[in-house]
Amino acid sequence: MNAIVRPSLLVGCAAGFSGDRTDAAGPVVDTLIARLAQGPAEQRAFLIFETLAERTLALAQLRRRADPEAGYEPLLDAMLRPVLARCLSHGIRIVSNFGAANPRAAARHIIRMARELGAPVPRIAVVEGDDLSSPEQRALLHEQLGERMDGLAVVSANAYIGAEPIAAALDAGAQIVVCGRVADPSLTVGPAMSHFSWQADDWTVLGRATMAGHLLECGAQVCGGYFADPGFKDVPGLEQVGFPIAEIEADGRCIIGKADGTGGLVNEATVKEQLLYEVHDPAAYLTPDVIADIGQAQVAVQGSDRVLLTGVRGHARPTHYKVNVCHEGGWLAEGEISYAGARAEARARLAADVLRSRLAGLALRVDLIGALSVFNDDAGRALAATLDGGMRDVRLRVAASHADRSEAERLGREVMALYTCGPAGGGGVRTTMTPRLNTLSCLLPRQAVPVRFEMVTP
Amino acid sequence: MNRTTCTTVPLYRAAHGRTGDKGDRSNISVIAWHPELFALLVEQLTPEKVAAQFRYRAPSQVQRFVLPRLQAMNFVLDAVLDGGVNDALNLDAHGKALSFLLLEMVIDVPDHLLPLLAGPTGDC
Repeated sequence: MNAIVRPSLLVGCAAGFSGDRTDAAGPVVDTLIARLAQGPAEQRAFLIFETLAERTLALAQLRRRADPEAGYEPLLDAMLRPVLARCLSHGIRIVSNFGAANPRAAARHIIRMARELGAPVPRIAVVEGDDLSSPEQRALLHEQLGERMDGLAVVSANAYIGAEPIAAALDAGAQIVVCGRVADPSLTVGPAMSHFSWQADDWTVLGRATMAGHLLECGAQVCGGYFADPGFKDVPGLEQVGFPIAEIEADGRCIIGKADGTGGLVNEATVKEQLLYEVHDPAAYLTPDVIADIGQAQVAVQGSDRVLLTGVRGHARPTHYKVNVCHEGGWLAEGEISYAGARAEARARLAADVLRSRLAGLALRVDLIGALSVFNDDAGRALAATLDGGMRDVRLRVAASHADRSEAERLGREVMALYTCGPAGGGGVRTTMTPRLNTLSCLLPRQAVPVRFEMVTP
Repeated sequence: MNRTTCTTVPLYRAAHGRTGDKGDRSNISVIAWHPELFALLVEQLTPEKVAAQFRYRAPSQVQRFVLPRLQAMNFVLDAVLDGGVNDALNLDAHGKALSFLLLEMVIDVPDHLLPLLAGPTGDC
């Protein structure tokens, strides 16, 4: 039997998180169109947007509670409008998790957008099943999490679902697939499964496509974004850093590159950093589709801004889905005040002592921005071990959290009072109160989480 | 074999890396700037030494995964993020900056390998 070897698949990524640059997609789409024009007739191209992080979904759920037509990516319009018509006219299909807590409303928004642009209304599929809000599913979560869930105000509970419903939607003719909480690499694995007709238990190719997706999912981070360190890691044109395009072969191997005419760079160093980003055991990168294994992976430069990834393996997928439960977590109070000039650090340290004394009962974190802050720890062990270094421009920052809003608010008032009651010369007080969201994680068997896609009718 | 003379340099001259986070767990890659520098990293950057560099964060566990084909190591530090992105009071709740704390460690480099180090030569 002769297998049909399909030409490579192009997957471009135009967003690596909610809040990414909204002008990223243009050069990626231009490059995909140019490659399609040069490539074989059966070549296909996809554009993905990855816009969900642990907390993003809970925030989206809160917006949906306030407005039933909200709850999807707030930047959806800004991200997609500049490229939607060109994607549709050139056969570039779009897969994203920008549906967040409300994929159907996102789909309706895209239909409106297409009409406003005078483009044909696309066939859109929504992927559902990640949102675990049925009473039976909530009961299951209670069983899993036990007393940790007692009394919690749950905001959202979502399973990280995989590529299969995405691939099925594409096989059914969807031009755009709108998802909520799917695992980030599945946005790439789904198109590859559909394009190459891979089976859902072909672990080697799924593992390889998963790592292609892993390289893509943080947008510019594989193209010199989040990499530059002057004198050590210089990046040309960082202000116009390009977004990535992967060329995936039928055996799952990929070449990672970037949009033409953009800044940044793709080399062995940028690819290695991104390959290991948010990985724990490199031989067991867990996703709902496969356990990917980069223990023997290799990278090799294949020309300008092109790096080949080989040697990735795959093992049978986990039997359970990972679930994140987000719940209300009280209040975060923060306050800051600046000291400058002679003995500034000593005055900032004295102000911290005043606040510690006045705010007894709150577990106070103290940072001296300009001397020691993000390398400090909540317990203040690093700060206690650091002598006054005589810094002359220091911003004192204090933070605390509390379940009770009025208790947390004491922090801001005490920082404010330093204006008249604290050490000399303090200025620039800022105080904030932020509601907190906390997360619990557990595992649920796959059969408890039925996933599906559905075509949206305009 | 003769003992070679060594120079002590900051790790960031021999390696680069990036931090990632999941919950209260941080992973930090350490990637050799040159294949010939990799063995030095494996020999000298033990989990114990990395745990000592993060002593104020009091990691409950430090695991090291070695990837010879990438000339890289992946350090996984548990309970170093004061609860993680949702719980920490740190401005940098993700611990994004922690790769630079790790890269401030020092290593001894035999003099014949010094030309392979990255960065301005005066910057030791």
